[in-house]
Amino acid sequence: MTRLLDIQDLSVTFGGLHALKDLNFHVDEGEIVGVIGPNGAGKTTFFNMISGMVRPSSGDILFEGESMVGLDPNQVTQRGIARTFQNVRLFANMTIVENVMVSQHCRTKQGVFGSLLNTAGFKKEEAEIREHAEKVLGFFGSRLVGYRLEQPASVLSYANRRRLEIARAMATKPKLILLDEPVAGMNPKESAELTGLIGRLRSEWGFTVVMIEHDMNVVRDVSDRVVCLDHGETLAQGSFEEVSSDPAVIEAYLGRPLEKKA
Amino acid sequence: MTATANQPMETPEVAMVSKGAFDADWNKVARLGSLTALALVFIALAGMPVGLNSRTIVDPILSMGYLSLLWLPLIMGWVSSKEIVLEGMAASKRGARDIVTGAAVGAIGGVGLSVLVLLLNQFDLRDPLVNWSPQLQEFLNFNGGIGTGVWIWIPICAALAAFGAGLVVLPERIRKAIITAILAVLLLSIFETFIVDVFDFLDDLLYANDGGLTLIATIAIAVITAAISLSGGGEKLGDVKRSYQTSTGSEHKRQTAILVGLSVAALIIIPIFTGKITQELMANIGIFLLLALGLNIVVGLAGILDLGYVAFFAVGGYTTAVLTSPNRGEDWPEWFPILPWWGALLVTIVMAALVGLFIGAPVIRMRGDYLAIVTLGFGEIIRILFLSDWLSGYFNGAQGITNVPPASFGPLDVKGTDPRSVFYLVMIFAALAIYISWRLERSRLGRAWMAIREDESVAEAMGINTVNMKLMAFVVGAVLASFSGAIFAAKVGSIFPTSFLILVSIIILVVVIVGGMGNIMGVIVGSVVLIGVLGGPKQPGLLAEFSEYKLLIYGALLIWMMLQRPEGLVPNARRSRELHQDEFLQDAWLKGEVDTDDDDDPNGAGMAPGGAQGATA
Repeated sequence: MTRLLDIQDLSVTFGGLHALKDLNFHVDEGEIVGVIGPNGAGKTTFFNMISGMVRPSSGDILFEGESMVGLDPNQVTQRGIARTFQNVRLFANMTIVENVMVSQHCRTKQGVFGSLLNTAGFKKEEAEIREHAEKVLGFFGSRLVGYRLEQPASVLSYANRRRLEIARAMATKPKLILLDEPVAGMNPKESAELTGLIGRLRSEWGFTVVMIEHDMNVVRDVSDRVVCLDHGETLAQGSFEEVSSDPAVIEAYLGRPLEKKA
Repeated sequence: MTATANQPMETPEVAMVSKGAFDADWNKVARLGSLTALALVFIALAGMPVGLNSRTIVDPILSMGYLSLLWLPLIMGWVSSKEIVLEGMAASKRGARDIVTGAAVGAIGGVGLSVLVLLLNQFDLRDPLVNWSPQLQEFLNFNGGIGTGVWIWIPICAALAAFGAGLVVLPERIRKAIITAILAVLLLSIFETFIVDVFDFLDDLLYANDGGLTLIATIAIAVITAAISLSGGGEKLGDVKRSYQTSTGSEHKRQTAILVGLSVAALIIIPIFTGKITQELMANIGIFLLLALGLNIVVGLAGILDLGYVAFFAVGGYTTAVLTSPNRGEDWPEWFPILPWWGALLVTIVMAALVGLFIGAPVIRMRGDYLAIVTLGFGEIIRILFLSDWLSGYFNGAQGITNVPPASFGPLDVKGTDPRSVFYLVMIFAALAIYISWRLERSRLGRAWMAIREDESVAEAMGINTVNMKLMAFVVGAVLASFSGAIFAAKVGSIFPTSFLILVSIIILVVVIVGGMGNIMGVIVGSVVLIGVLGGPKQPGLLAEFSEYKLLIYGALLIWMMLQRPEGLVPNARRSRELHQDEFLQDAWLKGEVDTDDDDDPNGAGMAPGGAQGATA
């Protein structure tokens, strides 16, 4: 398998704090990788860095063999990496379909003159954007389509907002999709369903997925490989079973057993 | 028990709570009353009553000066009668109590003026307060002795406020008729100059020789309009409006076409019959409308708070002047051409776009307040450059560029002495600006601007090049402003740095905010109401008498709008949703549009773990 994303000796410091330290990480094409770790381990910083919102202090991020350090977030998305946010950040007052249409911005190109003259190219592109948006929303069943299309995103329930965030990321036509706690706040039934959808993101849409998640059932069910971060460093990586039985991981989550102190 | 169980929540009529006439909410009375008193004293000391006293409203009995005070207790009385009834709470019965409340509010307001009369008599504070004058004292005493003013204001204000509050007691039909009659009289009287200018024959019919409606005309107008209102004239208009709002598809399109066609026809025909004053007014409205439409793209669509928008107006005006006037500065090289107006316009567009890029590039990376302050600075810098000695060889500094020739289109000349031609020209460009705003809002760019307005960092993460998109909005706005500047140069015939004060930026922004940010119709209404009625920074409006207090009224209006109706007179649906998120969600919840539970998915989008069952992806 080819390496899609390759992160080499990546560090980031905020003042004197090492949010990430000499991190090495890779994702192969077609993989689903779970990133776990206790709170404050640097998981979201890690995502922010890949998506260009935070600049690394040192190290390199290679995507399809080319360095991405120094690119703006929109250029990263253009290259083919889309993300969702841990605290859902939809465009709340745009309609549901507009949320998904607007994220196709970097894949489309009609400008001022196309829209002013209402050219054939403009009409065709608008129709394609709309069609793709409805196709993406259809992936989540009937929840986000039909009469919902023209409703503002703010009326959606929490779980549906999370789904819409995934739809918005999918619509950017990425190769790699970064999901930041996709099932946080969902009930067990909803998270089980979303686990299935994450699997289908790969099988039906061909996306490679990196996912931050605290729900170990979801991580176990869907990940090919799991990476555990703590204090900005990789504690362990491998299959879910390997990582979850790693003593360092258990220590990071549960603390050191009493008898080993002293 | 079963009978009650079957109808648990149905309360067929909300019980009315009866309260005694003097069981008023005295806390509210004191609050509104002192507010009234303070406002009355403020208006009096701002000099409005004396300044406006020479203008008559109803010939012998009412002048604009007295009106400037009397409207306040009336409105405050009406405000005092408003009551917010919460869902499921009992409303109180309307009656004597409301009238007592109103009268009390008015009386407290009247006390404010009475105290002012006493103080005016006792002390001389003319040094800090320029309007603390014998004229004010005479005015407040109705030209009588000191005793008159002290006692008479209390009953007058109390009566007016009681009347305002009493409106709520009346049946709705009668209330509407009374309000219609009052408004009709006031409008016909205040807009006398405009009405006489358009309908010459009304001058002798309605108005007295030295201005103001005659008493007979006032009574006639009040009776006729009240009768029309009582016979349901207003409801028919309401029906037409409702049928337009509820129609859909091709029917809606047809009605829109008729509406647009009628408006265009009216705009073409009306100036033919009006006099110069009205034409001049319409031309000024047009110039500011064009500016407001441009700013609406920048502020309303892309959410970039630009406080230096006048810079592009100035660039448009100066570029046109330099390229057309023989009196431009002496340092321009010989070969630098003098072009006809339309030729200069093409260069102006390019210049405005370049200046937009030049100013925008460093500014646009900032956000929110920082951006607003920097644009404010650039707006001033551009004006000071035109004013400076350094460039006076090119722009003549404070002397400005005179002799800007009219804009010629073959035999047609567009010039200031023919305001009708200016109006037609400006309308062509306004139509263009409306078309541009309308198309862009519904395109890929419009969506990107909306996303940037909502959440700039997320928009960037979703692949939108926010810097380019914001710059594009900035440049489109700059080009529209430069159109306005080019027409302004041809209309006025000369260009001075003082035409481009910071005040212009602020007034255009107020037009956009008061009209309704992000809504083309709102911007049109805002320009007509503010520029048309109150006037532009230097241009008189219909209420020419108010020009001294224009900024005071602009400020008061802005504050009132921000408190009561931040979405503007004609709101953009999306904007008002942003501003009233909670109420909107509550409404949606009551209508059952908010999904609270995800199990309502009838098709089952892959309920089983693993998602084997398919949705139609």
